[in-house]
Amino acid sequence: MNTTTSLEKKLKAHFGDLISNIVVQHGEITAEVAPENWQQVCTQLRDDAQFSFEQLIDLCGIDYLTFGEGEWNTDDASSTGFSRGIGKKGPGRFSWEERETELMGKRFAAVIHLLSIKHNSRLRLKCFAPDTGILAVPSLVKIWAGADWFEREAFDLFGIIFVGHPDLRRILTDYGFIGHPFRKDFPLIGNVEVRYDEEKGRVVYEPVSIEPRVTIPKTIRKDARYAQNLEQLEGDS
Amino acid sequence: MSEIKNYTINFGPQHPAAHGVLRLILEMDGEVIVHADPHVGLLHRGTEKLAESKPFNHSIGYMDRLDYVSMMCNEHGYVRSIEKLLNIDAPIRAQYIRTMFDEITRILNHLMWIGTHGLDLGAMTLFLYAFREREYLMDCYEAVSGARMHATYYRPGGVYRDLPDYMPKHAESKWTKGKVLKQVNSWREGSLLDFIEHFTNYFPERIAEYNTLLTDNRIWKQRTVGIGVVSPERALQLGFTGPMLRGSGFEWDLRKKQTYAAYDKMDFDIPVGVNGDCYDRYLVRMEEMTQSNRIIKQCVKWLKENPGSVMLDDYKVAPPSRDMMKNDMESLIHHFKLFTEGYTVPKGEAYAAVEAPKGEFGVYLVADDSNKPFRMKVRAPGFAHISAMNEMVKGSMLADVVSVIGTMDIVFGEIDR
Repeated sequence: MNTTTSLEKKLKAHFGDLISNIVVQHGEITAEVAPENWQQVCTQLRDDAQFSFEQLIDLCGIDYLTFGEGEWNTDDASSTGFSRGIGKKGPGRFSWEERETELMGKRFAAVIHLLSIKHNSRLRLKCFAPDTGILAVPSLVKIWAGADWFEREAFDLFGIIFVGHPDLRRILTDYGFIGHPFRKDFPLIGNVEVRYDEEKGRVVYEPVSIEPRVTIPKTIRKDARYAQNLEQLEGDS
Repeated sequence: MSEIKNYTINFGPQHPAAHGVLRLILEMDGEVIVHADPHVGLLHRGTEKLAESKPFNHSIGYMDRLDYVSMMCNEHGYVRSIEKLLNIDAPIRAQYIRTMFDEITRILNHLMWIGTHGLDLGAMTLFLYAFREREYLMDCYEAVSGARMHATYYRPGGVYRDLPDYMPKHAESKWTKGKVLKQVNSWREGSLLDFIEHFTNYFPERIAEYNTLLTDNRIWKQRTVGIGVVSPERALQLGFTGPMLRGSGFEWDLRKKQTYAAYDKMDFDIPVGVNGDCYDRYLVRMEEMTQSNRIIKQCVKWLKENPGSVMLDDYKVAPPSRDMMKNDMESLIHHFKLFTEGYTVPKGEAYAAVEAPKGEFGVYLVADDSNKPFRMKVRAPGFAHISAMNEMVKGSMLADVVSVIGTMDIVFGEIDR
């Protein structure tokens, strides 16, 4: 814990305004960096002896659409059975044709996890892609070579473009895949399915034949079972 | 003289040495590799997206299916991440059980690795030996969880149930009866812990056998010494973890440095390589098996002496006992709600990592006050390792590609997710 607080202080002292929203939770530090400072901050974190984050452990994308939205609002539930209160927004609730995109600010972010072997410390940084224009974040390949495939993955699954990446191709999805599957407005059942066609003598692509179906709704409970929520609830009213 | 051009060959996805579904596009200059481009994703199942559509506990079983030769270590990473978000800790006995099964899993994984790595490089016998020993450990998995591979044994707040008091015995059959039956059941007279103790006494000799077969073997050394060399600086740059990092000379092991479960109470050493080649990584992993054996012995001793609870006494995450459930209506309802809707996890994010046999296996969870993870990201060690494929094989011969694939200990379940 002491290392966490001292690292937090060092970050604040060294970077000042370059790093914002520093949160310490569960003994981990999370901070945000703007895209224009992304490479500069990361280079310093790697090279400055008081940080020495030699390793990029992980880089991933995140899509904040529908964050904090529960599906089952039982306050105004009807008597129509299981589907009461469940909208079509959650993943797994809609098909390819029914997908809708909403506009929201600060939707996509790239998240990195850094590790310093020298100081035995970890750090999590977030870089939100700009709301307007191209969905782009500067690439970190020149700082940590290991970022290469992680950035390709985030591009493939979320469509975040990493500017300066030498070889930004899809990596996990099929050749010729359309869309970015881990976005919250991409259906869980997918778009196309493949099978071998006896008559044509080759593999064919067809629209998926399964129905969107998720059996358990996403619920947000704020009741007596969750003490910390209860305090908050009382505070609200 | 006619002009010789580079040509491209396709290695896999249907190749016995491709360890699953690796497709490598190799640009060759004669027998020498100019560029290697691994194509992964043929096993992509969208595990993370699926997990985001299910309550937290429903995805524990998916973790087994990521790196399907180190099942419980994956579960451990995921479960620890949930525990971090909920601010709970498993009871001490559960921590020891987890430590023991993590190490059993490590031996399982390394046996699989040495078997297939040997087979790829022409050592057939070892494959059969390794699978003979794996059978005993699979039986431990089965005894504790009912499944030989996909256990779903770890739960947030502990483990599913305590270790069984007896080991299932082989039944009499046409071929196994009388003296033979007695002999195959000789380890199985006592509890699971007795069985594991028998194994730990038996295993060091087996490691010695493997060493006799390989360590000074001329062919083995020709195929591994000086192949796939990674310098310490590059190992850090490329995000290597686990034996791949230790093979290059870093004494870095999460079990010691960022300790979890009961590892801080264990006495064991971290083996470190010098040259960063395939042979050093082989030596590191072989020594790790010996060390795992040591840890298991210590766990068995402690677990025999210290009975206790293996699940947290917090009904927010732990199910009620079977007895309560059968006799009490409220408990039955609670059980039903817990296993369908699950529990809600307070808003926040957490990253928890464990030292899986292949390296750092981490799970990054983002929770939004609901019963499902908002975002789950699995940090698979193999993904970082295979991304260095081009760098490791560039300039070497075609046959060395097989050594490098083997030394990375690749499993596609975790790379493609």
